[in-house]
This record gives sequence, structure tokens and C-alpha cells, in this order.
Amino acid sequence: MNRINQKLQEDKKILSIYFSAGYPNLNDTLQIIQDLEKNGVDMIEIGLPFSDPLADGPTIQASSTQALQNGMTTQVLFDQLIAIRKTVSIPLVIMGYFNPILQYGVESFCQKCAEIGIDGLIIPDLPVDVYAEEFKATFEKYGLKNIFLITPQTSDERIRFIDSVSDGFIYMVSSASVTGSSAGFGSVQENYFKRIADMNLKNSQIIGFGINNAETFNQATQFAKGAIIGSAFIKHLTENGVDSIGKFVKSIR
Amino acid sequence: MSYNVNEKGYYGEFGGAYIPEMLYPNIEELRQQYLKITAEPEFQAEFDALLKDYIGRPTPLYFAARLSEKYNTKIYLKREDLCHTGAHKVNNTIGQILLAKRLGKNRIIAETGAGQHGVATATVCALMGLQCIVYMGEIDIKRQAPNVARMKMLGAEVRPALSGSRTLKDATNEAIRDWINNPVDTYYIIGSVVGPHPYPDMVARFQSVISKEIKEQLLEKEGRENPDYVIACVGGGSNAAGAYYHFLDNENVKIIAVEAAGLGVDSGESAATSALGKIGVIHGSKTLLMQSPDGQITEPYSISAGLDYPGVGPMHANLFATGRAEFISITDDQAMQFGLQLSQLEGIIPAIESAHAFAVLEEKKFKPTDIVVINLSGRGDKDLNTYIDYFKL
Repeated sequence: MNRINQKLQEDKKILSIYFSAGYPNLNDTLQIIQDLEKNGVDMIEIGLPFSDPLADGPTIQASSTQALQNGMTTQVLFDQLIAIRKTVSIPLVIMGYFNPILQYGVESFCQKCAEIGIDGLIIPDLPVDVYAEEFKATFEKYGLKNIFLITPQTSDERIRFIDSVSDGFIYMVSSASVTGSSAGFGSVQENYFKRIADMNLKNSQIIGFGINNAETFNQATQFAKGAIIGSAFIKHLTENGVDSIGKFVKSIR
Repeated sequence: MSYNVNEKGYYGEFGGAYIPEMLYPNIEELRQQYLKITAEPEFQAEFDALLKDYIGRPTPLYFAARLSEKYNTKIYLKREDLCHTGAHKVNNTIGQILLAKRLGKNRIIAETGAGQHGVATATVCALMGLQCIVYMGEIDIKRQAPNVARMKMLGAEVRPALSGSRTLKDATNEAIRDWINNPVDTYYIIGSVVGPHPYPDMVARFQSVISKEIKEQLLEKEGRENPDYVIACVGGGSNAAGAYYHFLDNENVKIIAVEAAGLGVDSGESAATSALGKIGVIHGSKTLLMQSPDGQITEPYSISAGLDYPGVGPMHANLFATGRAEFISITDDQAMQFGLQLSQLEGIIPAIESAHAFAVLEEKKFKPTDIVVINLSGRGDKDLNTYIDYFKL
């Protein structure tokens, strides 16, 4: 069974952490992944940096830009990860925009992910319709889960469609925003979380965008299987480097 | 074979809507509504009336006698430079603001490079009394101070794009992020035939008035609707899309697309996307795109801010891939020299973007009997500082 599905069956709330590969330094990737696992994180999203990340706020944009300046490329990331499964066993997901994957070749990219032991992909600008028509067979051939986003504006009908195409979890964007907003969750978000929870989808939901501390993590996981933290972790790396990852994780749960 | 968009939003293999899910409801609403709304008689009547009385259409199709004599062929200029606000951009913003109103949106956002589309958007927002926010790269804000002042005078808020290279591509990213953050009350007026479907088709339709008028005016002047050549400059490609639109599927009309070579196609400082680009995804569209081997979008360069875009509209990518259009690239120097020549031969100071299209006359030989229509997409007032610096005026 795919590591993602296995993890989702555990009787616990999932803490997933995103970071931009190649940030703060080009070769921090392995240490960050290993330290996150050591400190009890359940799943990791490895960001493949892109020059024009449309769905990301300033924090992740800046880390992507820095990572690219540090020399990160798709091939460098794959080379860094090649032996990762010797030391790390939690689910690993690559999150990246479509163009770098297209240039690498979608099939070659999937093949390489499978070889490394990547479990899934999140490609925010690859729409579910195009995926279903053109790429689903390739992803399945290599045992990769493609994770789709839903937002407060996504219609019930489309959520059902996304649920039918997904096999893993659904990435629930907490509010209408790019990544890194820190407004906290009010009744609008809670109603949305509840609405989705009540739909009884076949896939679990993990909430992302705007999760930045224990409070928002707990709020989100009241209604969903887990939550994803990105910008807040990147800020922590910016301020503290890679040496106090455990401290950050413990501040969440 | 049709060179127009198909029902799935593609021109050949180019186009589509590669957007984050956050934008899906807005793009889907637009896709479902744009043909219906723009076909309504009241919409068309309001659009036509504004084109006529507010923009000053039809713009003249002017026979350039001295230019024709020099190049020994029959040259007509489509005078989009005479549109209100100084360029063709306003044809599109009028259309989109009427659409935005009918969709019940009251907050308008736009991206701008040189500021022409920003000014055209600020203008129609003032006309309709709607809030207007224009994203503009921090570097462009410094380069294009007069247009920033115009937008402010028209009541728009100009927000600097501080990310990436701080130019047009980044302004577009910021506008898209704004739309993600404000999905309900906001409408995004894209300025060119770029972005996710249905934008390229919608903008092309609003600009298609250019070729519609060319046909009518040429019939009157020459007794025939179709020229032998239509020439236009291409950055994203909106003036070109408008100038080609009604000739796309008539292969007797030859199409020439002129890109900015900057300091030279192979100099590393160029915006000649057809020569330097590969298929990729930018701003929601699959198209030709200047990028690194690793798929990172690279910075283009042209002396003309309006051609300084790393992609090209999917219609044009398809015209290139199929060979329907001939693509020619023109350097900064060639364009600047022709800007001066057009000023002195015809008494018209062109926008530097448009000057690129004219410089084809130096590159390509036409027959004396050929009818060549060049789209004069904008006037050169906005470029005076660049002309002053270049020619030490």
C-alpha cells in the first residue's frame, strides 16, 4: 500500500510540513526531511521551486527565489533524494508547478519519483480535468497519488468530481488566499470545514494555507484528518536555520 | 483548417486553462458567460456606441503615400494610435468592463508593463465609476512615470509588484494572486491575448474590430476587402490578434508577426519568443515561452516595454507552429531608426512597439502591386523619453 494511504489509516491527526527544497541552503534538503521525521512529523511536502509561483504568498515566493539562486533544479533535487528511503519512512510528496515538470517530461518525472520513493504530487496549476484526461494513467503506472486542492468557492459538484478522481487525500485550502496568510480562522472557515466534513467524502481531507501555530492546527484538525504548515515553517528556517526544527514541531503539537 | 480557438479553448496544441483551483470558479463563470453576454443586443449596442463616441472609432485606414513610394509598394496604416488613450488597448478594456459590470463585479484589477493597458483600464473604470487597482513592476513604475501619473489622475491605485524581476510578468503574477485573494467581488481585466481560456479568445474578439474595419475601409479604397499582407508587432499579441482576426482563415492574406529581438536574437537580451521559446505553461496558458532548460521562466528584454514579455498568446504560438504566419524579429536599433523615419516621412511618431512592425519594410521586399496593411497600434508620446535618450534630442 502507498505510504500516504497507510498513514491516513493511523488513528491520529496528521501534521504535514512544507518546505522549499534548496532553502535556506542548497544542500539542507536531507537534514530538513530527516529532522522533521525524527521530531514526529507525519508527512512532508518537498517544494520544487519555480520562478513564478502563482498560488504562493511572499514567504514561499522568497524562499523559492533563494532556492533557485542557490542552484536548485529538478535534477539536483532528484540527486539529493536518491537515497532518501534508506533513512526516511514517512510519506513524501513533491509540490511543484507544472512547467518544470513538463520540461522534465511528465513520464520521466513520474518514473524518477517512483524510483526515489516519492508517494504523491501536488501540482497546483495542473487542473483536475487535464489530469484526468491526459496524465492519470501515467501517475497510476508509477504508483503516484496526485493531490488536488479545493477551496471555499469550490462547488459541491466539483468537490464530488475531485473526490472521485483522487485516491489519497484532498488538500483543503482554508480560505480564499495565497499561502502565508495569518488572519486565523473565524466562523466562516469553521462553517466551511464543517460543510466539507459533512459531505462524507471517500478521501480524507487535510487543511492547508493559514495554519501557523498550535491554535490553528487544532482548529483545523477538529474537522479534518490533518493540517499542512508551509510559510510558518519557512519563516522559522529563515530566522533559526536548520538546527532547531524540533523546537518548531513541538510548538505545534 | 481553422486558426481560431476550438471549443476546449485551444489553438492547435496551445492554450487551455492551467490555473490553480482557487481561480476555477471565476474562470469557469467567465467561460460560460462571455459568449452569451457579448452576443446580447444591449451589450453590443453599448460596446459599439462607446467605440464610436468615446474611443473615436472607426480609426482611419490611411494610405501612406511617401512611405509607399520609398518602399515601392502600397502601404496602408491602420491608425490605432488615434484611439482615445493613444493605443488599441482601450478596445479591449471597454469590452471587459461592460462584461465585468454584467457579472456584478465592482472591483477591477489589471496588470501593466509600459502602463498603456493600465491607463486604458483606469480610464474605463473612471468612466464606469468602479474601483481600479493596477499592478505594475517596481522597475516599470520607475521607467514609465508619466503613465503612472495618468493612472493616478484617473483615480486608480497603482500597486508595485516587488517579486521576481519586478516587471510585466511579475505584475501579472501579483494580479493573479490578488484575484485568488478576492474571488467574489473582483474582475481581472487582462490586457493581452494571454492567460487562461477564455481570455485569449475574449480579448481577440474585442480587438477584432481592427480587422473588421480594415476590410470595410479597404473595400471602399481599393475595391477589395483583403490585403496581400497584414503586419503587426507581437508582445503578448493583442493588437496583432485584432489585426489578423478576420483574415486568419483566408490564406490569401499573408500574416507577418514582428517580435522584438532586443539587442539581437542570440544576444541574451531579447524578447523574440518564437525564436527562443519552447512550449510551456505561463500565466495559465500552454504556449511558447522563454525559459531555462529546467523550466524556469526567463527574463526577456526589449527597449519597448510593451513587447517585453517572455511568452506569446496561444493564437500566435499556433500561427507560428503551423507556419500560417511569418515571424520576423526586429532589433531595438532597427525599431528606433524606423520610429524616426516614420516621423519624418509621414508626420507620425509611433509607439516603439509599432515601430517594430514598420521595420519589416527594411527586411522584406514587397511587390509594387501588393497591398500591405501595417497596424499602427499606438502613438509615441509615451516613448518620448526613450526617443530623447536614444537620439540625444
